[in-house]
Amino acid sequence: MSDRKLVNGNEAIAMGAIDAGCRFYFGYPITPQNQIPEYMAAHLPEVGGVFLQAESEIASINMLLGAGATGVRAMTSSSSPGISLKQEGISYMAGSEIPGVIVNMSRSGPGLGGIAPSQGDYFQATRGGGHGDYRTLVLAPHSVQENYDLTIRAFDLADRYRNPVVVLGDAILGQIKEPVILRPPDRAKETRKDWILTGCAGRKPRLLKSLYLTDGELTEHNWRLYRKYQEMRREVLYETVGTEDAEMIVVAFGSVGRIVKTSLEMARESGLRIGLLRPVSLFPFPTEALQQAAERVKRFLVMELNTGQMVEDVKLSVAHMAQVDFYGRPPGSIPTPDELFKEIQSAFERMS
Amino acid sequence: MKQKFKRPESLIDVPFHFCPGCHHGIIHRIVAEAIDEFGLRERSIGVASVGCSVFMYDYFDVDVLEAPHGRAPAVATGVKRARPESFVFTYQGDGDLAAIGTSEIIHAANRGERLSVIFVNNTTYGMTGGQMAPTTLPGQTTTTTPYGRDTYVAGFPIRMTEIMAQLAGVSYAARVSVHNPKALMKTKKAVRKAFESQIRDRGLGFVEVLSACPTNWKMKPLEAARHVEEVMAPSFPLGEYKDDLQTSGT
Repeated sequence: MSDRKLVNGNEAIAMGAIDAGCRFYFGYPITPQNQIPEYMAAHLPEVGGVFLQAESEIASINMLLGAGATGVRAMTSSSSPGISLKQEGISYMAGSEIPGVIVNMSRSGPGLGGIAPSQGDYFQATRGGGHGDYRTLVLAPHSVQENYDLTIRAFDLADRYRNPVVVLGDAILGQIKEPVILRPPDRAKETRKDWILTGCAGRKPRLLKSLYLTDGELTEHNWRLYRKYQEMRREVLYETVGTEDAEMIVVAFGSVGRIVKTSLEMARESGLRIGLLRPVSLFPFPTEALQQAAERVKRFLVMELNTGQMVEDVKLSVAHMAQVDFYGRPPGSIPTPDELFKEIQSAFERMS
Repeated sequence: MKQKFKRPESLIDVPFHFCPGCHHGIIHRIVAEAIDEFGLRERSIGVASVGCSVFMYDYFDVDVLEAPHGRAPAVATGVKRARPESFVFTYQGDGDLAAIGTSEIIHAANRGERLSVIFVNNTTYGMTGGQMAPTTLPGQTTTTTPYGRDTYVAGFPIRMTEIMAQLAGVSYAARVSVHNPKALMKTKKAVRKAFESQIRDRGLGFVEVLSACPTNWKMKPLEAARHVEEVMAPSFPLGEYKDDLQTSGT
């Protein structure tokens, strides 16, 4: 059964979480994501869940760590400065292999920055963010519908890999209002959890930790995590628009990917065949899809709401096969489709 | 013949790694005895902290979760909220609870989380080699107060039990020690009450145990135990600071 509703992006995330079976929310107020905790505070009690406003971002991520260790579906959400504070806990969750969903409706930095949309947290999200050699799965929606769908997916991935999963949106994606089709998943398929802490009745005690001091233990632990991150490559998600006959491919994620879609229509109207490859999973990154495209297309333009982050991943993927150009802008204003079209046009000419 | 004394079931049969004269082993045993006596082993989830106390999972025969430094009360909150039927306790040192984790303990306590907190105060960072702790006494020499703790520069020892007793969410708060058998019996009683706070759904139970760190104090074990009684206890007065368990309620 599906249901259609007009909601804003933040609410869609909260709805997706509850439909995914999330019953525990821990958070701390920060703009521009406050509708997520507010929605959870209103609706989690209706389904027997717990909403808890923590004293800090640090406490919220650690509450998530504790709840996740017991096997329940739980989440926290915040925005950039708050996500920085959560990095310690995310690192411990990755090290102890405790699942959990962390939503970053990012704002701009560095420091307190501002509440304008930005994609300045790409590095933080995709490189781990905290200390140690770990990765989090990162999903980057570009519409209210994807906010809902990818949040559900985030919970499945967190359980499947026993790993924190980041949903990376921004102020635009949190605030826009669009119709969303609600399609609660079949929860019967959920991963069995034979590692969770429930008290040791009828079994040997279990331990979840990230400290390894015995010779060689930590090396092996890191290799095992590495192999897990390699396995995650099968979760690559991306969208392509008009890449079949494209003479140049724009690579953009999240809200910029969304705006570029309109710019591409303008390009087609003016006779330019430009395609879009929009990474939906930022980790794992759609390297192979880009390489396949680069077999034929030799011009790539990366567009981001920052001064150059994802462009590094695109270059690592195709720099030896094609030209990679970049258009970025720091936070402050939202680019219009028209502005991006002009940038696409001039990049196309530069690379001709 | 009736068995009068044995290793608690909740304590794994391995030798402690703690230094000679360290009180962690004794405190571990008291906590394990209380877990056994209330029949809690199979629904216990212990939350380990950072410092010498982290190795509690090598000794307690219960489910254990390791928390980042100072965050055990927040981690334990997540555990308890998700599984209210569990018995959840944290075991934290003074650097962990009273310095880097002050915010987490205060707010978990103020929310009245149904948790039992064992706070081991030995006035120093033991594992990292004896640096100044928030509980270090005025004039006490540590590796980061080589001329003694100067309160003008480094402030004063923080008295956590007194602070905890002020908070409405705390139903039991006591400061005890294990420097002699009589003190040890009082500690046992206090730990049981901190457990009861949770079992009876009353609020957070808090026990601060003054503890010796002979290695970093550069003392012999007996001398260190005497130091607890003669030097520490006057600065950290022993006793029950709050006990709501006697008042009406379930």
